[in-house]
Amino acid sequence: MSLTLFLILCLNGLQYGLLLFLIAAGLTLVFGVMGFINLAHGVQYMVGAYLVFAFTGLTGSFWLALVLSLIAALMIGLLMEYAVFRHLYARPHLDQVLATFGIIIFLNELAKVLFGPATLSIDTPELLSGSIQITEQLRYPVYRLATIGAGLVVAVGLFITISYTRTGMLIRAGSTTPEMVSALGVNITQLFRIVFGVGAMLAGFAGVIAAPLFAIEPGMGDNLLIVAFVVIIIGGVGSIGGAFLAAILVGLIDTLGRSLVTELLGLAVDASMANQIGPALASMLIYILMAAILVFRPKGLWPAKGVA
Amino acid sequence: MDRGLVIGGVIFAFLLAMPVLLPIVGAEYLTGLLIKAMLLAIAAISLDLIIGHGGMVSLGHAAFIGVGAYTTAIGLQSGIEEIFVLLAITLGATGAIALVTGILALRTSGVYFLMITLAFGQMIYFTLTSLAAYGGDDGLTLWSLATLFGSDIVQDGRGLFFFVFAALLLTWIGVWRVSQSRFGRVLRAARDNPQRAEVMGYPVARYQLIAYVIAACIAGVSGLLLVQYAEFVSPSIAAWQRSGDLIVAIVLGGLGSRNGALLGAFFIVIMEEFLSSFLHEWRLIYGPLLVLLVLFAKGGLNDLLQPTSREAS
Amino acid sequence: MLAIENLNKSFGALRVTRDVSLSVSRGQCHAVIGPNGAGKTTLIHQISGVLRQDSGRVLLGERDVSHLSVWERAQAGLGRTFQITSVLPTFSVQENVATALQAKTGSSLRFFAPAADEAALNDRAQTILSRVGLADRTDLPAGNLSHGELRLLEIAIALAGSPKFLLLDEPMAGLGKTESMALIDLLNDLRADFPILLVEHDMDAVFQLADALSVLVDGEIIATGAPSEVRENPQARAAYLGDGA
Repeated sequence: MSLTLFLILCLNGLQYGLLLFLIAAGLTLVFGVMGFINLAHGVQYMVGAYLVFAFTGLTGSFWLALVLSLIAALMIGLLMEYAVFRHLYARPHLDQVLATFGIIIFLNELAKVLFGPATLSIDTPELLSGSIQITEQLRYPVYRLATIGAGLVVAVGLFITISYTRTGMLIRAGSTTPEMVSALGVNITQLFRIVFGVGAMLAGFAGVIAAPLFAIEPGMGDNLLIVAFVVIIIGGVGSIGGAFLAAILVGLIDTLGRSLVTELLGLAVDASMANQIGPALASMLIYILMAAILVFRPKGLWPAKGVA
Repeated sequence: MDRGLVIGGVIFAFLLAMPVLLPIVGAEYLTGLLIKAMLLAIAAISLDLIIGHGGMVSLGHAAFIGVGAYTTAIGLQSGIEEIFVLLAITLGATGAIALVTGILALRTSGVYFLMITLAFGQMIYFTLTSLAAYGGDDGLTLWSLATLFGSDIVQDGRGLFFFVFAALLLTWIGVWRVSQSRFGRVLRAARDNPQRAEVMGYPVARYQLIAYVIAACIAGVSGLLLVQYAEFVSPSIAAWQRSGDLIVAIVLGGLGSRNGALLGAFFIVIMEEFLSSFLHEWRLIYGPLLVLLVLFAKGGLNDLLQPTSREAS
Repeated sequence: MLAIENLNKSFGALRVTRDVSLSVSRGQCHAVIGPNGAGKTTLIHQISGVLRQDSGRVLLGERDVSHLSVWERAQAGLGRTFQITSVLPTFSVQENVATALQAKTGSSLRFFAPAADEAALNDRAQTILSRVGLADRTDLPAGNLSHGELRLLEIAIALAGSPKFLLLDEPMAGLGKTESMALIDLLNDLRADFPILLVEHDMDAVFQLADALSVLVDGEIIATGAPSEVRENPQARAAYLGDGA
């Protein structure tokens, strides 16, 4: 393992982590503020990717498609909130699971019907194509760097919003003491709608920027959703800071693990054995991390303040 | 006489008559469908023990079907063919994994429990996909199947049908008896009000863990039988969407009721068969149907058949 | 029978229990009164194990139960009721009591025999229900009871655990006058069999039932003694009784 390869893996891990953060942020806020468990959140990621695919095809411009996709993702999120989710906030979690599961089934199938079951891809936008020299031996694709940058910008923006604006204050209050917020006479319905819409848009945004990098296919958000849950459990439910740190941690561990575990195992046992166990162990790493955190810090590493 | 018992009895009598009736009407091809429905019902009934009676919403139950199926497949590959030996190994493996994940997951409750069981389920799923020696992603076709005391009677056709039927009947009776026993009463008390149960003097988490392990073991058995039926095993049976299907079955049927999981499982299999026969993209109907079900219907199929059942359980 | 020694508890900077000591002997009913937010329920929670004290001890008889969990304390003989009614809503009234009885009679790790058919449990449950006056509600789901009946069921559940000691957290809360009087009679009757620690706002009840009285203000006991003494205690009057009774 060369230092260069290690650096590339770290950058990839960081990038994966930021993508996870974009998804986990909405999930943790929606859960923290509304106590709503939204399995269909991962589908928003898929929707984002398909939207940018469709709009790029229509307009020919990635940038225009990006803007249109974000607007459309927001609208779809708000529509789902209005039509289905708002009726479920006060319902038992089992009902929420079932209804959002139905939405996943529907949207995954719809994607298959509209775009076909095969994987699709779009080109990296021209402005960000190519790669740049970071160190003497390390070239890294500009687009990947740009997604890292975009992820960081969104994270900082979200952080500032939550820490310093009135809406952010309400969101924080809502995720720790919901009774308090309604006691203040705040329009809860509207707050919920904002949080939900922003969450859906962030997941959509993750899908948009992931589209040029990964295969676009039906069900692409499902697995990511579960990893986002792992992120939330590790970070502490309802906490944006926790989601951010945990997402980066999970991104790095997963990416590095997949490349390093087999190699490291090879030092301890013989190569064929390592090749057998390595991949299985690597895919388990983040779950093992989650289990360990459950044992030692059941509330997560950085729980939302005020959760006693 | 208890109406639930009568309805259940009718369903089982009906099932038992199928191997005779189907050839008469020339619909023998439905035997496979019925076996599939019975296998789903076994897993759904076991899940109802923890969700319906125990109030613990687990979203990782299908993973135990996967563990059971893979344990069986690996056993068969290693030359173990006696079905009761395979059963013992399967129970041991699923039980052990459920014990470890259950201890961890039960450190939490409610929605955390849901997320954690989902995550552990996914972990098991990915572990199965990375078993390169047993087919990895693509799964594994089995060239030899289990035998009953050396005879191949339980490998296909009626023999297999009756074997699966017996397993379902035992599960149906067993889970209901457990839910109404002293143990089940504590489990239901913990569902209603965990703090109250604790103050009554019950270590609630231990009871919940036992229920979780029992349910996992039964799901493991349905995995074993699934291998025997499909002669094939792949990680997809452990995917979290399959856990979702199981939840759909028990909610559709009516939580914590004697026949709910049974009815729900049959309903799903039949509905899938029916919808997909005229619309290939049947999921476009199925998905919104679930949403509508949650928004507008409560109590499930079991309540339709038995309007007064709520009070009794 | 029950002794609390130097109990302390803080939530962050807020000290909710300050050096609380008290003891209740056999045959006694000891009442704890105090204004809202004085830390009465927090105290009950620490005694029953729902909350863990920062320092100090809880003794049940000779036994130090300070480090036992909730269910272990219940098994050791600590019965309690909740300020906010806490029963098993989908269970029948009788099954509520039978479930509590079951914890103390034989193993609950029995997986096959129907629990509802255990005549011994049902009979004893019925006896307890008669004692609290719910005998005609046996088969009703607990969720369908009136508020007053639920308060009685709470007590029946606590009695079913054959406690050595009863912790009652505002049993009169939300009751009308006639219901209160009936409950006072019941508690007076129970007092002979079970030592009681009673947290209560209803001063009529307190003065009719209590042999001893402690006044809790800001997590601290500022006066303790016979009800008649405490009634005359100027500190206690100023802090609490002066504006209420």
